[in-house]
This record gives sequence, structure tokens and C-alpha cells, in this order.
Amino acid sequence: MIMARRLTAFLFSMFFAAAVHAADNSPVPHLDIGKGGQCVEPDHTLMRKTHMNLLKHQRDETMRKGIRGQKYSLAECVECHAGQKTNSVLGSNEAFCQGCHAYAAVKLDCFECHANKRKVTAEASK
Amino acid sequence: MSTASFSRNESRYFYALAALGLFVVFLGYLGMHNMEEHGHIVSGMNNKVVWGLPHVFAIFMVVAASGVLNIGSIGTVFGQTVYKSRTPLAGIMAIGLLAGGLAVLMLDLGRPDRIIIAATYFNPTSVFAWNIFLYSGFFGLAVVYLWTSMEKRMYAWTKPVGLAMFAWRVILTSGTGLIFAFLVVRQAYASALLPPMFIVLSFAWGMAVFLLAQAAMYTWNDKVIDPAIQKRMKNLLGLFVVSSLYLVAAYHMTNLYFAKQTAFEMFILRDGGIYPLLFWGGYVLIGSILPMALVYLPGMGGTKSIVTASSLVVIGSFAFLYVLIIGGQAFPLSIFPGYEVSSSFGDGAIARYIPSLPEVQLGMGGLAIAYLITLIGARIFKTMPHDVAVVATKNPD
Amino acid sequence: MNETNLDRRDFLAKSSVGLAGLAIAPGMLLYDLAHGRPLGEAASNKVRWGMLIDNNKCESGCTDCVTACNTENGLSGGTKPTDSQWIRKVQLKDNFTGRISSLPMMCQHCEHPPCVDVCPTQASFKRADGIVLVDKHTCIGCRYCVMACPYQARSFVHEVLTDQKPEVPRGKGTVESCTLCVHRIDKGETTACAEACAKAGHNAILFGDLNDPESAIAKRIRAVTSTQIRADLGLNTGVRYEGI
Repeated sequence: MIMARRLTAFLFSMFFAAAVHAADNSPVPHLDIGKGGQCVEPDHTLMRKTHMNLLKHQRDETMRKGIRGQKYSLAECVECHAGQKTNSVLGSNEAFCQGCHAYAAVKLDCFECHANKRKVTAEASK
Repeated sequence: MSTASFSRNESRYFYALAALGLFVVFLGYLGMHNMEEHGHIVSGMNNKVVWGLPHVFAIFMVVAASGVLNIGSIGTVFGQTVYKSRTPLAGIMAIGLLAGGLAVLMLDLGRPDRIIIAATYFNPTSVFAWNIFLYSGFFGLAVVYLWTSMEKRMYAWTKPVGLAMFAWRVILTSGTGLIFAFLVVRQAYASALLPPMFIVLSFAWGMAVFLLAQAAMYTWNDKVIDPAIQKRMKNLLGLFVVSSLYLVAAYHMTNLYFAKQTAFEMFILRDGGIYPLLFWGGYVLIGSILPMALVYLPGMGGTKSIVTASSLVVIGSFAFLYVLIIGGQAFPLSIFPGYEVSSSFGDGAIARYIPSLPEVQLGMGGLAIAYLITLIGARIFKTMPHDVAVVATKNPD
Repeated sequence: MNETNLDRRDFLAKSSVGLAGLAIAPGMLLYDLAHGRPLGEAASNKVRWGMLIDNNKCESGCTDCVTACNTENGLSGGTKPTDSQWIRKVQLKDNFTGRISSLPMMCQHCEHPPCVDVCPTQASFKRADGIVLVDKHTCIGCRYCVMACPYQARSFVHEVLTDQKPEVPRGKGTVESCTLCVHRIDKGETTACAEACAKAGHNAILFGDLNDPESAIAKRIRAVTSTQIRADLGLNTGVRYEGI
């Protein structure tokens, strides 16, 4: 019984220690947003919540009907948001797409097929 | 080991067998994981032979699943009491085999993680899409069928449900045959004979796996099957083997008659190396003639020869499917009839295929799923056929 | 309405220039006649893209079209049985006459494509303008289309890919084939293979709109005998050959 109480106390203290530690290093992702600037939707919360739907809708239009040059393009996401140094939206937990998806624990499989690097490197476009 | 010590430790043996099955399923999982992580590059499949060993295993199981329920149909649809008492075991085996076969088919996909798309995007012109519908219906119907044949209150429904099951089975096996029969451009497959051939093959393969399971159950429970029943069942197996041999012969004979198909038939039956060997040695000799001898020759037909014959039919079925599926793809497409062609993509050349370990693991894993479902289902639902009294009163032969 | 008429007039003018070019330097301007549609407009079934390949002009040792395709679409160019090949050169020898020739083989962009019929998820589809494509978002990698294609035009991606082209997404576990350079066509350009063939001076590949009676390709197939490969299958291919 005493053992059990000690064990509980120990586990609790561990838990608190972990919680306090976590509060110090806030787990919110620190992202390299690349070039950034004016997004296709000015409302960031809207983009965070619905980018997948916007992309999916336009993807079907482009793929099936051949409608190109519309607003929500994955290639344009990458163009703006690929890391300034890495030129990629993947590669680390600071990268724009990977960082947030790792944080939210959502599988990201766009880039198994799509290019994750910007077409023209940041250096070249300067 | 004495019978007494066996029955004392019976449940231990059961768990040991279940653990063995689970272990093979785990090996299958490892194979699947390997293929999923690295892509099909770790398999023996390539752009010419796109369906390989996993499909041999899967199609065997799907066809046998339909065939094993034939036992139930003979009982419920055609009113044979001996077979009626075997319906529960047949039903469980059918569910197990279909589950195993589908697991292999799905896990061999390039993107198994997207399998849900197969249900959300339906293409009405695709035989594959029909089959997805047919397979899920088969599961549902088989469960209802089991229910009506095991639950006393539901006995009244056994016959109509059995009839529906029978029809569904015929359509499902035809659907499996049609996957190939609709491939107009493939010399090996474009034949209207394939659906009926698959139906008759399913009878033989289903009967063989059922006889194996039945023999195991009788031995396990230390019981002896009524020789009269045994004789009826082995004769039926023999009949199915003969009929399937007839349809396979008809399929090859018609092909041989068409000049444009002659080169392909020569490849499969004479010049193709491993394929003629598997066809004549594996399917015709081991899978058909030897089982027929074991079933029909005087002095044969005991439990041992039936178990051997059934095992040989199963081995023969794998040889048959290997020749049909892989041999059929290895032979080059006839894109330019009348020309000798060559290219960097293997035009005009026999494609090479060597099965790899992950494929074997995946296929065996599927078999192990079928085995586990049968093992556990048969134990939980007590599917041991009881027919001594029935035979005495109702079966003069 | 006015605008379209203007476009049309403009187009007719251009095609007559093209025709003049045809007389002076046969083939030189032919691939230039692909007219793009405005950005944001859907592909229309008034157009049917196709190619006419002149077997007599196709040189046996030349693989410029294959190289151009690989570069354009980011293919490795490997020729292992597990590597993707969207276009390949096929060497032909007539069994009876012994005549030797060669031609490029790729997706024939059928009007009635067997790959579209058999696809369980509608991932294989035909766009309104006749281009047969694979929607890799819905392809589950069952390879039934590879089995059904009469031309062995499809490849399955066997390995994890990296560094794909932004315009040409491709990935492990899905099936792919010639897209008729759809990303170029939508910009009003011609296909990479036709461009490379013209650059090499062979002009064996003529790309254009089969439905437009004024297009070079439509005029050509009206004037000379062209063949569809495996015409017996009745698929009405968009890629046709002359001189086989």
C-alpha cells in the first residue's frame, strides 16, 4: 500500500515536471513561412482551417476539366512558402507544411507526388 | 501420444495452432510493410508482369471461398441432408477464405492506404468495381446463411437464403472469371469460357479444402466419418476434378484452333519453360490425374488417399493459376501482328518474373487469415457435423 | 462573342501562314499551330488532340523524342522492367517482306479507352479534349489498366520518387502514362516529343487538333493513308501512324 502511494506520488511529480517543462518550451510550431507576403486569402485562420478543401476543390477542376490558373494552387503555395534557405516546404519541423502537419499530427501526402521545392530558387529570383 | 492425454491438453493444442496461424499472419504483415515502404520494387513484379504471386494466392482463396459454400448449397438448395449438417463449417470456411483472399488483394495495391476510395468512387463499367460489390455482398449473405443454418428459429429461412447464396456465388465466381475474360487484348484471357471454367474450378478447389478441414476435424475429435458419406464426398471431388479438366482442355483447344492464338498456346503448352512444366506436371498430373487415381482406383478412396488427393488438388490449383496469371502476362502483347518487334520496354519479348520473399509472405499471410478464421470459428460455433443417425435412415447408398 | 470571332479570324490567318510555310518548308511550322485556350476555361470536347506519326520520317537510331519526354516529365530514363517509360522506340521487322522500320509508341489516347473502362475508381479518365489521364489522387494502384491497355503504354511507379517536376506530379504506387504533355497543351504549346522531333529535323511527329478541319493534322489525315494501331479493336485512337 505504501509502495503504491509512493509510486503514485512519484508519477504525479514526473507529470507536473513534464507539464511545467512543456509550458516553458511552448510546443507551438515556429515556422519558416518563406517569402510570405499577401496570401490568396487574407484570413489566416480561414486558410489554416480550410486550405485542404480549397486545394482539393481546385485540384479536381484542374485535373479533370483542365481549368488552370485559378487562385488556390499547390504550386503557388510552395512558391511563396518554401523555406528561404531550403527552398522546400518539407525537410524539418520548421518547414511550412511539414512543421504544422507534424504539430497537428495530420498525414501529409501531397508531396509524395507533387514537388515540394520552389521552381526558381530564392537566390536566383533576387 | 495417447488419446487421453490429447483430450486433456486439447485446448493447449488449440492455442498452439492459433499461435502458429497468428505468427504466419505476422510474417505476412512484415511482407506487406516491406512492400508498402519501399514500393513494389521489392516484389518480383514489373511493368510487364503487373500481377504476381499475391494474385495467385488471392484468386485461389476467392475462388475456393465460393466453391466451399457449394457444400452448403448441395445441402440447402438440393436438399441433401448429409451436406446440410456440413453447412456451418462450409460457411465459416467461405468467410475465412474470402477474408484472406481480399486481404491479400488489398494489401498488394500500390496505395492500400486509399482503399476507401474503392467504395467512394465507383466506376460502373469496371468488373473490379462490380467485384467489390459482389465480395461485400458475399460476406453479408454468408453471415445470414450461417445464422439461418445454425439457429433453430431461423431454419425456415435456410432454403431461400441458401438459394440467394447459391445465385450470388455463381455470379461472384463468374465475376472473378470476367476480370480476365474482359481483357480483350490479352491472348491468354479474352475467352468467354473463363467464367464457367472458374465456376467448375471453384467446385473442385472448394471441395478439396473442405475435405481437408473435415478430415482434420474428425481426427481432432477422435471420430471416424461414416464410410458411406466419405465415399459420396470423394466421388463428388473426383467428378469436379474431371469436369474442370474438361473445361480447361476446351479452353486450350479453342485457343489452339485460332491461328492468332497458336503462338501463345505453344508458349504455354510447349515452349515456355516453367509454364508448360507447371501446367502439365503441376496442374494436369499432380492436380488432376493423381487425385483422380486416388479417388477412383480400386483399393483407393480411404481417408488417407482422400486427404492426399485434396492436397494435390490444392497444389495443382496454384500451378494452374500461376500459369494462367503469370504465364498469361509473360507472353508479349500482340501490338503489331505480322511483325517482329523489339524495344527498350520489352515489346515482343517474354517477360521475366521471379517471385520475391515479400510476395510469398503476403500470400501465406492471407492463407493464415483464412486458417485462423476457420480454426476459431469452427471451435466457437461447434461445427462438427453430426450425421450418424441421418445416414442410417436417409441414405441408402 | 465578338472576341471569339476575332480569335477565329486571327487563327485562320495564322493557319494560312502555316499553310504557306507548309509549301515552303514542309513540317517546319506544323507543330506551332496548337492554339491555347484562355486560362481558367475548361477543356472542350470541340477539340480532340492527336498526333500523326510518319513512320518513313522516323529515323531508326534516333531517340530524341524519348529523351525529350523524360526530361520534360522528370522520368529517370532507366530501362529496367520496373522503370516508367511513357514513350519508347519500337523496332519493326515485317515477317513476310523483311522491311525494317521504327516508330515511337506511347499512349494512343483512344476515344474508347479500355483503361478507363476497367478502372474501379474512375482514376483513369478521358478529358473532354480526348487526352487520357490518370488522376493520381484516386488511383489505388491495382494495375488493372496496365493489364487492359492494348499498347503496353502504362507504367506503374515501383519506387519512392523525389524531385518531381512541379507541372508533372508522379508518385509511388500509382499508374502513369503519356499525358500528351497536357501541361504544355494547356499553355498552347506542342508536346515535348513533337518539338524534339522537329528540332532534330525529322518532323515525323505532327501534333494538333483532329477536330479542326483547318489544322495541319486534320488536313494531313484527309490527304494520306494513316493507320491506327490495332484498329481491329475499334478504339479510335488519337495517335495515328502513316507509312506502316
